[in-house]
Amino acid sequence: MDKQVTFNNRYLPYFLLIPQVLITAIFFFWPAGQAVYQSAYIPDPFGLKSQYVGLENFRFLLNDPYYLASFKTTALFSCLVTAVSVGAALWLAVMADRIIKGATAYRTLLIWPYAVAPAIAGVLWLFMFNPRIGLVSWYLGLLGYDWNHVLNDNEAMGLVVVASAWNRISYNFLFFLAGLQAIPRSVIEAAAIDGAHFWKRFWTIVIPLLSPTTFFLLVVNIVYAFFETFGVIHTITAGGPQQTTTILVYKVYADGFVGQDLGSSAAQSVILLLLVGILTIVQFRFIEKRVHY
Amino acid sequence: MAASGMVIKRGKSSWLSHIGMIIGVIIVCFPIYLAFITSTITPEQVAHPPMPLLPGDQLLHNYQQAFFSGINAPVWKMLVNSLVMAMGIAVGKIMISLLSAFAIVYFRFPLRKTFFWLIFLTLMLPVEVRIVPTYEVIANFGMLNSYSGLILPLVASATATFLFRQFFMTIPNELAEAARVDGASPMRFFWDILLPMSRTNIAALFVILFIYGWNQYLWPLLITTKPEMNTIVMGIKQMFPVGGEVPDWPLIMATSILAMLPPILVVVCMQKLFIKGLVDSEK
Repeated sequence: MDKQVTFNNRYLPYFLLIPQVLITAIFFFWPAGQAVYQSAYIPDPFGLKSQYVGLENFRFLLNDPYYLASFKTTALFSCLVTAVSVGAALWLAVMADRIIKGATAYRTLLIWPYAVAPAIAGVLWLFMFNPRIGLVSWYLGLLGYDWNHVLNDNEAMGLVVVASAWNRISYNFLFFLAGLQAIPRSVIEAAAIDGAHFWKRFWTIVIPLLSPTTFFLLVVNIVYAFFETFGVIHTITAGGPQQTTTILVYKVYADGFVGQDLGSSAAQSVILLLLVGILTIVQFRFIEKRVHY
Repeated sequence: MAASGMVIKRGKSSWLSHIGMIIGVIIVCFPIYLAFITSTITPEQVAHPPMPLLPGDQLLHNYQQAFFSGINAPVWKMLVNSLVMAMGIAVGKIMISLLSAFAIVYFRFPLRKTFFWLIFLTLMLPVEVRIVPTYEVIANFGMLNSYSGLILPLVASATATFLFRQFFMTIPNELAEAARVDGASPMRFFWDILLPMSRTNIAALFVILFIYGWNQYLWPLLITTKPEMNTIVMGIKQMFPVGGEVPDWPLIMATSILAMLPPILVVVCMQKLFIKGLVDSEK
């Protein structure tokens, strides 16, 4: 775990650490501490004084139907994004792995969405599904389906899920392709010679051997859907209709900056901090194990 | 490899794979293609669906208008802001992480474990989670609408430190030993041996961090209130009119294409480094 050979110097290591520790302290620990502090106060309407209320903000939040609904929305949203994106990427990677000529060309075209910011991904999908002028919604209209994600909450959820999953597909594709190419050809060949057809090989060899990659991608995609999809939500639905696409991270923003409810927003930040803290420790243990086995 | 590939990859199934791949690529690339088409036509053509699927003749006009005048701020200005922010985040993170990873791996000193955990606690915590208090810290420092306000809070994360720590652990002990026996100072070892050996890792990480910085949205949205400080990714949302008016889609899409172009170029032209960075930073 630790290096055997080290240098001796009493002060140098501290100097080397100063920049990172300073920045982390000022822009990470101080704000985090502030969040904890503010979560115990309610500012008066004029913002002049704050009143100490202890855990009142938390109690209020955990009894707030909108906040609890936001938890459910986040869980549903993350599961859907992960399922769609991981599923589609696996499908593409399995096909790409079977191609010898031109595989690089396909890969090059498929990594584009990674470079697109979530907020721009939101704008692109919003444009295609715009109820008035969107190309896809126009064709849906021809088929007799009246698409309007501004009013229909299922359609709104579907649209933010597809946009977020699209944004993530390159990432999952690259990891699956690497995982597939790491499977020894001899294993698959042996099964092929024994007469196992493609689907049989897929379910009995490829899927089990890919499971570390799949598990890793599931975790990473859920984290992505939790925290990095703000741009998608903000550009497409702004949390609506009736807060049905308000995920937790969006709610922190909406309550803190739009609603100016600082105590509640701070309490939400603290809850998210705890959530991420736990996730980090779990993932860190997991990573340490992976690197050393 | 080639011979063994023939057992599996041949005949009908290969053609099916190609067809499936082409369909996949078309679906994946279609939103970007449509954005490009929209950036070459007139607002009237967009307003009367269905819009055309082939480029129009307004390309020069739309891009010129977006680039030099835009709606709130000209695109060239927002591109400069994005570039400064992305470079600042990438370079800043890499510099402070190289130093702190060096300290943590190559020295034994009191409180080493404490510092280690202090830094790594930030590993996964995005700025989205602690926006209000971080905003207040930046406001207290008077760094709203400034590059340092855009960059510094996003530099406070341990991903790069973690990566360099992992990499330094794999460097053979003999190198440090030889340096020590030769009487080289720690910093000499850092400059002459460690840095050159980390070159590819640094480049790969740079690609990832550049895209990460370029694509930031929430943070610039909060702390840049002046249009001339907007970054391009957040500036696009500002181009939508408030209320029920019809957005100028060709102009918005021209701006979107210009906003996507730098990171797409980076990803496509530096594909090898990009994939290495992706795999490294998630190990």
